[in-house]
Amino acid sequence: MRLAKIGCALMMSSLLLIGCAKRPPSAEGGEAAPGAGGPEIGKYGEGQGGAMYGEGAQGRGKDRYGAGASELTGDPQLDDPSSPLSKRIVYFLFDSSEIAPEYQQLISAHAGYLASNPERTVVLEGHADERGSPEYNIALGEQRANSVSRLLKLQGVAEGQVQVVSFGEEKPAVDGHDESAWQQNRRVELVYARR
Amino acid sequence: MIERYWKVTRRQLIGYLLGLLALFAGPARAELTIEITKGIEGAIPIAVVPFGGESPDPVNMASIISADLSRSGRFNAFAAQSMPERPTAPEQVQFRSWQLVGQDNLVIGQVQAGAPGQYVAQFYLYDVYQGTQLAGYKIPFGAADYRRTAHRISDIIYQQLTGEPGAFATRVAYVTVAGSARQRQYKLQIADADGYNPQTVITSPQPVMSPAWSPDGKQIAYVSFEDRVSAIFVQTLATGLRQKVSEAPGINGAPAWSPDGTQLALTLSKGVNPDIYILHLASGGLHRITDHYAIDTEPNWSRDGQKIVFTSDRGGKPQLYTVAASGGQAQRLTYEGEYNARGVFSPDGTKIAMVHGSGSNYRIAVLDLKTRALAVLTPGPLDESPGFAPNGSMILYASRSGGAGQLAAVSIDGKVHQSLRTDSGEVREPAWSP
Repeated sequence: MRLAKIGCALMMSSLLLIGCAKRPPSAEGGEAAPGAGGPEIGKYGEGQGGAMYGEGAQGRGKDRYGAGASELTGDPQLDDPSSPLSKRIVYFLFDSSEIAPEYQQLISAHAGYLASNPERTVVLEGHADERGSPEYNIALGEQRANSVSRLLKLQGVAEGQVQVVSFGEEKPAVDGHDESAWQQNRRVELVYARR
Repeated sequence: MIERYWKVTRRQLIGYLLGLLALFAGPARAELTIEITKGIEGAIPIAVVPFGGESPDPVNMASIISADLSRSGRFNAFAAQSMPERPTAPEQVQFRSWQLVGQDNLVIGQVQAGAPGQYVAQFYLYDVYQGTQLAGYKIPFGAADYRRTAHRISDIIYQQLTGEPGAFATRVAYVTVAGSARQRQYKLQIADADGYNPQTVITSPQPVMSPAWSPDGKQIAYVSFEDRVSAIFVQTLATGLRQKVSEAPGINGAPAWSPDGTQLALTLSKGVNPDIYILHLASGGLHRITDHYAIDTEPNWSRDGQKIVFTSDRGGKPQLYTVAASGGQAQRLTYEGEYNARGVFSPDGTKIAMVHGSGSNYRIAVLDLKTRALAVLTPGPLDESPGFAPNGSMILYASRSGGAGQLAAVSIDGKVHQSLRTDSGEVREPAWSP
C-alpha cells in the first residue's frame, strides 16, 4: 500500500511536470491556467471574440455592389428581359474554364454595353460545383471568371471596368447534390452595381 | 465510519441522479454529436466506474471518459447500470467481480473539492486479470476545466493501454453554413474534440473558409469574404483580436502554418493565376515559392519545415507536387487516380492524406511516403478537407454522404469510422487542433 502511494506520488509529480510543459498560459483557450491570463481566457470562454467580429462582419460588405446576376440592376438596358443583356450567367463543364460557343453572344453583348458605358463596372463572380477540394475550387472559379474577363477585354472593355472574385463552391446557386445542381453551380455571374 | 460511508453514497446517489438528468439534457449542449458508425472487432473492454466525491458538473467524469474511449473505436466501455459494484477508492476494488463480467480494465476515481472553485480528480487504472494497478494520478483543476480534465484522464488511459498518445483533450475548428442560396450565414466555430462547448470565432453573411491552427493552438488563420473579396486573417482566440495578413487582388487562400509558427504558406493569384507564397508573419515579407501558369494551391508543410506539398493542375488534372520551402523545382508526388488534391502531412511526416477522386467519387486516401502505397480510407462519394488528429490516429474530413455536409473521421488503418453530426445546417472544413 505504501509502495502504491509512493508510486502514485511519483506519477502525480511527473504528470504535473508534463502538464506545466504542455500548458503555456492561455495556450488552450477556454482553459484557465492557474494564476495566469484570467480575463483573456474568460473572453474566449464567453465567446466575445466571435460576437465582436460576427457583428462587424454582418454590417460590412453587404450590398457593396448589386445582388445576384438574376436580379434587377435599375438599368433598363440590363433589366429588359428581351435584351441579351438580361442574361448574365455563363455555365461551364466540369473542371473546365473554357467558354462554350453558345455564350459568345452573351459575352459580346455585355462587352458592347460596357464599352459604350465606360462609367459602368462589372464584378465577375466565379463559382464551382461542390465536388473536390474547396480551395482548388476557388482557383477553378477564378479561372472561369478570368476567361470571361479576357473575352470582355478583347472586345474593348477597359481594365478598370472588370473585377474578378471567386467564391469556389462556397455559394452554390442551387442546393443539391446531383448533376443537375452541379451544372447550375459551375458558373460565372456578371454582377452590375445597382443604379 | 458507517455514517461516513453512507454520507458518501448518498452524495454519489445525488450525483447519479444529476448525471442521469444531464444525459437527457446532454444533446442540447453538444452541437456536434459524434457516434461510431463502424468499430473494430476486439475493442478492449473497460469499466469506468462513476467517480465519487463532489463534482462541479452534473455529468460524472466517468461518463465523459467512457464516451471518449468508446468513440476512439479501440475500447468498449461497460455500461454503468450493468456494473456489479461501484468502488470509488482502491480498498473497495474486488477484481473477481470485474473478471466475472468480462472486463479487462477498470478505472475508478473521485473528484474532491479544495479551495473555492478548485478541485482534484484522483483516479486509478487497473488490469483486472493481473490484479495490478497500471496507473494512478491526482490532477488539480479549476471548475471551468472539468470536461478538459476528464479528457486528459482519457488521454492517460488511452496511452497506457494502447501505447499511443490520446487526442481527447484537443479541439476541432469547423465552418457551419445555414440558410439557403439567397441568404446564408457562415460561422467558424471551435468545439472540444467530443463536440461539446462549441464557440463561434466569426459569423458572416459571406463565406468563411480554410481554418488553420497555429502550432501552439493559440491562433487560427482563416479566409473570410466579409468584404466580398477574399482576405486572410489571423485571430488570437483568447482575446478575439485579429489581423488581416493578406488582401492581395484576386485569391487570398489556403493558409498553412509553418511548423515553427513564424510563417504562413498561402495561395495568391494577384489577379493572374494562383501560386504558392510564403508570408513571414512578423516582418510581412512575402516570398514566392511556385511560378506556373497552371493552378497551384493548398500548400501544407512537412513537419521539418523543409518541404511543401501542394495541389497543381500543371499536368492537366489536379495532382499533388512537392517543392522545397525555399522554392525551386517541383516534383510530382501522385500518379494514381485522375484527381488528387489538398495533401496534408501526417504528424510523424511519413504519410500524406488527400482528396482522391476518380469518376464522380471523391474519397480520402493516404499515401505512404516510404512505400508509395496509396490506401483509400473512406466510402465517398463527396469527401474532402482531410486533416490528421494531433496523435496521427485518425483523419477528420468533411463528407456529404447524407446530402448536407457533415464531418466524419476514420482511423488511419481505415477500420474505425465515426460520424459527427449537427442538429442543423451544414458543417465543413474541419481542422483538428494541435
